[in-house]
Amino acid sequence: MTVPGPNDEAVPDGLWTKCPKCDEMLYQRDLEAALFVCTHCGNHHRLGAHARISITADEGSFVEEDASLRSSNPLGFPGYHQQLQEDAARATVSESMVWGECTIEGQPCVLAVMDFHFRGGSMGAVLGEKFARAAERAVQKQQPLVVFACSGGARMQEGIVSLLQMAKTAAVVGYLRRERTPFLLVGTDPLTAGVLASFASLGDVIIAEQQALIGFTGPRVIESAFKIKLPPGSHTAEFQLQHGMVDMAVSRRELRPLLGRLLALLNPPREAQPE
Amino acid sequence: MTSRWAEFEARLRQVEADLQKMERLLQSPSISEERRAALRLRVDELKRRQEQVTREVFSMLSPWDNVQLARHQDRPYALDYVAAIFGDFVELHGDRRFGDDPAVVAGLASLHGRTVAVVGHQKGRDVKERQFRNFGSARPEGYRKSARVMQLAEKLGFPVISFVDTPAAESRLDAEERGISNAIAENMELMSSLRTPIVVTIIGEGGSGGAIGMAVGDHVMMLEHSIYSVIPPESCAVILNTFGRDANRAPEAAEALRLAAKETMALGAVDEIIPEPLGGAHRNPAEAAASVESAVTRALTRLQAMPVDELVKARYQKLRGVGHYL
Repeated sequence: MTVPGPNDEAVPDGLWTKCPKCDEMLYQRDLEAALFVCTHCGNHHRLGAHARISITADEGSFVEEDASLRSSNPLGFPGYHQQLQEDAARATVSESMVWGECTIEGQPCVLAVMDFHFRGGSMGAVLGEKFARAAERAVQKQQPLVVFACSGGARMQEGIVSLLQMAKTAAVVGYLRRERTPFLLVGTDPLTAGVLASFASLGDVIIAEQQALIGFTGPRVIESAFKIKLPPGSHTAEFQLQHGMVDMAVSRRELRPLLGRLLALLNPPREAQPE
Repeated sequence: MTSRWAEFEARLRQVEADLQKMERLLQSPSISEERRAALRLRVDELKRRQEQVTREVFSMLSPWDNVQLARHQDRPYALDYVAAIFGDFVELHGDRRFGDDPAVVAGLASLHGRTVAVVGHQKGRDVKERQFRNFGSARPEGYRKSARVMQLAEKLGFPVISFVDTPAAESRLDAEERGISNAIAENMELMSSLRTPIVVTIIGEGGSGGAIGMAVGDHVMMLEHSIYSVIPPESCAVILNTFGRDANRAPEAAEALRLAAKETMALGAVDEIIPEPLGGAHRNPAEAAASVESAVTRALTRLQAMPVDELVKARYQKLRGVGHYL
């Protein structure tokens, strides 16, 4: 028998996992029951898209769309095609975003979840298109769009095409605004660069998972590029909360009930909406 | 990093220096007619040589040479184009929230007697001005200042003209604290739906998020030797195993990234390439500005003839349609 690991890989039942933060050996079953939060130090382990969906959507409610969309390697970038294949084999997702319809705490919504294990959650043309299609479905169904974002940034191997996804996804958020469709954004570890500087900063409500690294440029990159030392705790969910960039920083366990409440508030009966 | 561009530049400068010396001699009143005639012949020969060398150099520009050219310290910057193109320009300052960012200029200008709003990244030419302009790396206040001026343009029905020239957005702690990501994201959303024409010209470096934060519009153009890239080639080479994580392989990364104007246009990221004078915009800034002016005017004439609803719809459809997937 196997259980899903944080990266969705099948882990033999009974295996012990070492927490990458505190090095404590954790029983896989306990870790799963704790939503992949270390029972010793509280470190929130990174989750693959399907693992995230399984702890967020009501059981059996999620139906994935566009699972077959693939990058066309528009630049013919050396080595890229092979990297895509390797990641697809390793990460159990075929791109850095998975989307579909589901219910969360009984509330219908369109859910899109990014996966850091696929090309570092980077944004290429496939992600941009999936985001746009998810948004269009949300408008069509008059349901909120919920997006879990984690990303190393733009997909370098798609060059200017990946940069354009920033403009595309920002424009799609404008479309959601014109169509008065709620857009909830949940930022998870790590959320940086081109994704943070586009749709992930444009949610009507932005929730950060606690302790997540969130920032335009990662602190280590800044420290090495500018030869400076950053104060501890910069570029975290709590830092962004303090500076007014996110609405709240919550633990993983609080997330699902919170989403349920927000969806209920954002999804009032249609007749109650202003003309 | 080896740069053939430095060699090219040295060759060009040698010919130009010789030419200048001859021309100065020609001005001298004390030389004989005979000598003057000989000098004239020599000057003509040098001029031909100059053009020949320039053509030769520019016919074999690599993407990496192009990067050097786009970052050239003598290249005209946004305010140079503003001074050359517009009849009047009143610069406006501040984002009304926190401060004023000198890395971005914004204001109202007159183009053929009609008012336009101008926004753009601004680099500095000497050490002091470079620091003052933060090397053209905009902070949140820069994007928010441009947003404010673009909203003014929308209110009064003026078109927006944007000049893009930045290595990247500012990323240090103060920018983070004041929401650099949010500022870029909001600017792109605003530009995607602003109810007035927007014409964008990438005049030098179109550096990643910092650039696209001011590069969303109805008609996006690139000067012939400018670049538009998701990441600087040096960083790309350092990050990717593909280039052995070696900054010295930046020229390979520059090629793989397809950041030159022609390739960027082939990938659908820009609509028009504005030709530069032979030898690059910095060798003849007046001619470069004239080309930019006529391209901007042409684009505005077309866009201003469109009903605003149609204009905004077409802009959205273009952004929505950015594709390249299977």
